[in-house]
Amino acid sequence: MRRVAVTGLGVVSAIGQGVAAFRDSLMAGRSGITAIEQIDVSKLKFRHGAEVKNFSWGDDRERVLYDRFALMAGAAAEEALAQAELPADRTAVVTGSCLGGNHFEDQSFRELYGEQRTRFNPLTIPRIMENAPASLISMKWGFRGPAYTVASACSSSNHAIGQAFWMVRGGVVDAAVCGGSDATFSLGILRAWEAMRVVSPDTCRPFCAGRPGMILGEGAGMLVLEEWDRAVARGATIYGEICGFGMSADAHHITQPSGAGAVQAMRSALADGGVAAEAVGYINAHGTGTTANDPVECQAIRQVFGSSNPAISSTKSMHGHTLGAAGAIEAVATLEAMKEGFLPPTANFTTQDPECPGDIIAHDARLVPVEYALSNSFAFGGLNAVLLLRTAR
Amino acid sequence: MSPALSPQPLTDDELVARIIAVIAQTTHKPVEAFQPDSTFEALGIDSLDGIQILFALEQEFDISIPDDEAKKIRAVPDVLAGVKQLLAAKHA
Repeated sequence: MRRVAVTGLGVVSAIGQGVAAFRDSLMAGRSGITAIEQIDVSKLKFRHGAEVKNFSWGDDRERVLYDRFALMAGAAAEEALAQAELPADRTAVVTGSCLGGNHFEDQSFRELYGEQRTRFNPLTIPRIMENAPASLISMKWGFRGPAYTVASACSSSNHAIGQAFWMVRGGVVDAAVCGGSDATFSLGILRAWEAMRVVSPDTCRPFCAGRPGMILGEGAGMLVLEEWDRAVARGATIYGEICGFGMSADAHHITQPSGAGAVQAMRSALADGGVAAEAVGYINAHGTGTTANDPVECQAIRQVFGSSNPAISSTKSMHGHTLGAAGAIEAVATLEAMKEGFLPPTANFTTQDPECPGDIIAHDARLVPVEYALSNSFAFGGLNAVLLLRTAR
Repeated sequence: MSPALSPQPLTDDELVARIIAVIAQTTHKPVEAFQPDSTFEALGIDSLDGIQILFALEQEFDISIPDDEAKKIRAVPDVLAGVKQLLAAKHA
């Protein structure tokens, strides 16, 4: 079986545009949750989010062609591809998004219904389509292998990375650019989240007693995957390895997690990589900070790992829940932290909820070397995707 | 559309009847399935039903139910108390 190296990482997030700044924030446990500034949220019940401030990427033409989520994907891909030498016909592009080009969609529909406009901008369709990031990346860098977009809500980019991983491992392609992006802060989307009554009015405190809910975030994460021997032969910097991928469906409820699906996805990822549960030292949890997710996830982890009790954190406490970008940003966080010899903390931590058992990394990063980690994504609709990651060695 | 609220405060019985009608319609259950002291758990109402009920109540009574208050609502009497308080504040 071919091994799959990660030879490029890129990130756009509230705690850093670029991997270096992102890593420093993770190490410091610095939260990027602030007052939302992009749009007027004065009439909403919540005012805080994990926004990417002063984001700008692309040339004049790209900024006309693409909505914010696609530009964020482009920025992250550009960073990830900085040292790449990839075979154009044998490189796949797989991206994930939950919301697509909702900024432009929101604006267009406001003009249609609110202002009775009778003409739409002719770029409306290409701007709002969820696959715009995959198309942008394939066109800009000339990758002509399989290219598509996965939509599975908050698991989108873990599903995207997992499928890209399997394509490289299985020999369908020799390399892949994969990850996800979402730009969350349009009024229509925020109103929809407000109606679900799961968004915190102030900050995100995963696994804590009395936690107030999730905090929405935006951004992008991109990984370059490459067949291991090829990466070694060209002397590429190897940031880590993807070893396994597991998927499952809860087949249970449209918003409530079952736990059994999470257990099955984690076990599938371990089995796919041929790695024993005891070898896993860290789990980057889905850890949304909602009433529903955290206890179910912690109990599922306990069921899979038992007494081996891996360290757990939720970096969403810093970069927010970036929906279709979550798995990708968290894979970057996990790989980069393992490479640098630390485990990122759960910020904003107060008191651990007894219903959320486990070794939660609170407040401060731990300077602990770990060989294997899991990165969990569990979506609304019960769609689960788990990556098994290994530090470079 | 809901009828406009009369200037006279509704009695508890009238309010309970309207609340039960809203919950019954939202959960696709017959009105007869509900009693004035029914709990959501006993009725098999989950959290997703719960946010839909809150939304329907906000529409029915033209009120805004804060998230903190919403978390405490577990039964028809909780709804009655909350709606009464919000209506009183609205007409104050």
